This record gives sequence, structure tokens and C-alpha cells, in this order.
Amino acid sequence: MVDFGGWDMPLHYGSQLAEHHKVRQSAGIFDVSHMRTVEIKGAGARPFLRYLLANDVGKLKLPGKALYGCLLNAEGGVLDDLIVYFLADDWFRLVVNAGPGEQDIAWLHRHAAPFGVDVVPQPEFAMLAIQGPEAFARAETVLGRQTLATLTGLKPFQAVFAGELFLARTGYTGEEGFEVIAAADRAVSLWERLVAAGVAPVGLGARDTLRLEAGMNLYGHDMDATVTPWESGLGWTVALGEGRDFIGRAALERALTAGIARKLVGLLLLGPGVLRSGQRVRCASGEGVLTSGSFSPTLERGIALARVPAAVAVDEECEVELRPGRPAPSRVVSVPFVRNGRILVDL
Amino acid sequence: MSQVPSNLRYTKSHEWVRDDQGVLTVGITDHAQDLMGDMVFIDLPKVGTAVVAGKECAAVESVKAASDVYAPLDGEVTEVNGNLAGGPEAINRDPYGAGWLFKMKPAKPGAAAGLMDARAYEDLLAAEG
Repeated sequence: MVDFGGWDMPLHYGSQLAEHHKVRQSAGIFDVSHMRTVEIKGAGARPFLRYLLANDVGKLKLPGKALYGCLLNAEGGVLDDLIVYFLADDWFRLVVNAGPGEQDIAWLHRHAAPFGVDVVPQPEFAMLAIQGPEAFARAETVLGRQTLATLTGLKPFQAVFAGELFLARTGYTGEEGFEVIAAADRAVSLWERLVAAGVAPVGLGARDTLRLEAGMNLYGHDMDATVTPWESGLGWTVALGEGRDFIGRAALERALTAGIARKLVGLLLLGPGVLRSGQRVRCASGEGVLTSGSFSPTLERGIALARVPAAVAVDEECEVELRPGRPAPSRVVSVPFVRNGRILVDL
Repeated sequence: MSQVPSNLRYTKSHEWVRDDQGVLTVGITDHAQDLMGDMVFIDLPKVGTAVVAGKECAAVESVKAASDVYAPLDGEVTEVNGNLAGGPEAINRDPYGAGWLFKMKPAKPGAAAGLMDARAYEDLLAAEG
């Protein structure tokens, strides 16, 4: 068990590697109740979130549709990344990280008054993620055929209420699957029935290697309040169109004009070993640092995300300082490393 | 509860040593492998390397962390477990058997008797909580 944002969470339920493979090849279930659910209620909910988020909730037209984006500070630094679900014109649901959760809620409260919205944390909710190519098939007997049909009818990043369950086609593994938000007692029984249906419990360790293979950022490692989305591989989540004012916009525009000096790239270790966050990487155009690193169970190689000079190009060879005085050749690759069970980089 | 076979000797850095007629087999304990989790990469010394008691002589790396392995005694490496390169998980599965790391000849015959016995190592584990 490890402490994660104030929660005691299992690193694994026996074997991190076995759990990782289970999700890539079959189906796994994660207890992600540490994620915080916060609801924004009131007629001003949409304008409020258009001002608070660097991505534009104006893109969300259909109830149930979701969007990934960042909360920024005035300097354009990333306060948190989150998923926002559009439920009704006066009702949005945010899912934020455990660590920065309290600060996020304070930040939302601080800016709520002019928009007349209520910021409503929902600490009683539990959250499960069921991921893998067999996630839907194995859930059928548990959810019932009708609910499953509703679920599989959703587009990616779409959610729906099914009785007491909130079901969303989202995840953090690069595989098919869904996430469930529900009252804690409902979540416990759902967990037990899904595990009985052959869905393997998966701990925090495999959650990290799965998301890293999928090229997804981890808050506090790959980005934080000291870096902008541009430097964090999250430029695609910044919506600068149509002159919308949002917190951090002016700083982001200044940064664009000045030129972005660093960017986040994928790294593949060419020899044996394991990449770790904090290791230095030397490229032709300068030095960088690994923000996340691990052993990829699917690639059977060391992989990482690294913040490097902007001039670094895909396919360039760099040297990672595995241990002091032990440089190891690595190659810059575009992420994801793995998607839907398939390796997407040349080994 | 991790296994601590009574026929082995132990170090406080969680290596185990088996004395077979003067040849010592060295590995990491069940407790150590359990703490580290799934092994993915093992760096072993070359045969013929002179090792020094308490100095690092090998490295084991799991998905979670890298850790040095320390020589239990002064001596020379006589054999390494080549199977680990392709199957490091043997250390998790069978830390006292298929997961052995290397064999060595101690500089001083019989020196292994000076290492902790199973009872002392169990006390150490209990003290580390």
C-alpha cells in the first residue's frame, strides 16, 4: 500500500506486470475513488467553465459529452488536468486529481461569485475504471444487456446515467473501456460482481505503466503549476479560437510570441534497463529531464516522457544518464507507445 | 509473512547465502523481492570479479525501483545465473531457488558462518517492521 494524495492505495494485488498485461489483453478494474468529483450548478455554469478552463466547454453540445482540459493559473501554469462532463445547461460534472483536488475546489470557489454558480464537491461518490478489450463483454452479465447496449452505444468521451450509475466511455489506459461514478456501497457490489465475472483487480503500479504506454500525462510529474500546456504535450487542449477570455490566456499568448523553449516527448531506451523520472537526457540541441519513466511491460523496454529543448526531433538519438556516469542510448519517439493493445513505435 | 529458510545465512542488506562445500550461492531474500515487486532487469558481475564485503556488486531493477546488491563477503565470482537475463521474474517466483544471482568463492574459507542465521534475520525483519 502507498500513500497517493492522502489515500492508501495498493500498488498491486499480487503482480504489477500480470495486472498490466491483463488490461492490454483482457480486462481489469481499478478503484479510482481518490479522483474527486465536483459539480458546477447554476445558469452561469457554462460561461464559468469557459473562463476557468483552457479548453472550451462551448464544444460540448450533447448532454453527456465530455472534454479533457486544464485549469491554469494566471501565468499559464497547469493547476490540474481534469475531465468535464456536460450534463445540462446548468449542470456540469468535473473529475479532478486527488492531490490538487482541495486547491482546485478553493480555486473554483474563488471565481464562482460573478457567475452565480454553486461549486459542489461530491465526496460520497466512488469511482471505478473497467478497461481492456474484454471490458464490455465481461460487464454484460453484471450490468445487464440493456445497460451494456446503452454503454457501448456511447461515443468515446461520452457518458450517461443508468439508474444509480454514471457510466462514461473514458479511461487512462489506452484501451477500450469505461468508468463508473456511483455511491460507495453500489461501487463495492459492482466491484465484487465484476471481479467474479473475470475482471482482474489492478493497482496503482499498472495504472502508471498503462497510462505511460498510452502517452498520457500524470499531474505533478509531467506537468504542474510551473509549466504551460505548450511545454507539457497538452497544446491540443488549449482552445485559443474565437477570442474567448480564460484564466491564463494572456500568459499563454505571450509565451507563444516569445517562443516555446521546451516540449514533452516520448523516449525509448534502446538497450536493457529502466528509465526513471528525474534522470537527465542529453540531446544534440541541449539537455532535458525525464518527467515519467518506467519499464514498459508491453514493449519490454524502458520508456519515458521527457521535457527537452523544442528543437529535439522525433527519431533523434539521445543519451539518458541511467546512473551517474552510465549514459544509455535512447530514441525520441512520438507517443502513444501503445494503443488498443498494439505497439505503435519501432523497437 | 516472507520466507526465511533455516539452512541459509543472511546479510542486513537482505541478501541470502548458501554454503555448498565452500562455494557460496548468493541471492536476494523473499522479503527483498516482495518489497521491490516485479523484477524486470538484472545487472550481474562478470565471472572472475573480485568482490568486497558490503560493496555493491550487482543490481536488480523492478518496475518500481532499482536496488544495488551487496557482496556478503570478500571473494571472487565463479558463476552467474544466466537465466535471469531472459527471465528476471524467477527472483519473484523462487528467490531462494531459480532466482539465485551469482556464486562466489570466499577469500576466507568458512567465512559464511559469521553471517546472520535465519533467527537473527527474522529478528531484523521484525525490527524493521
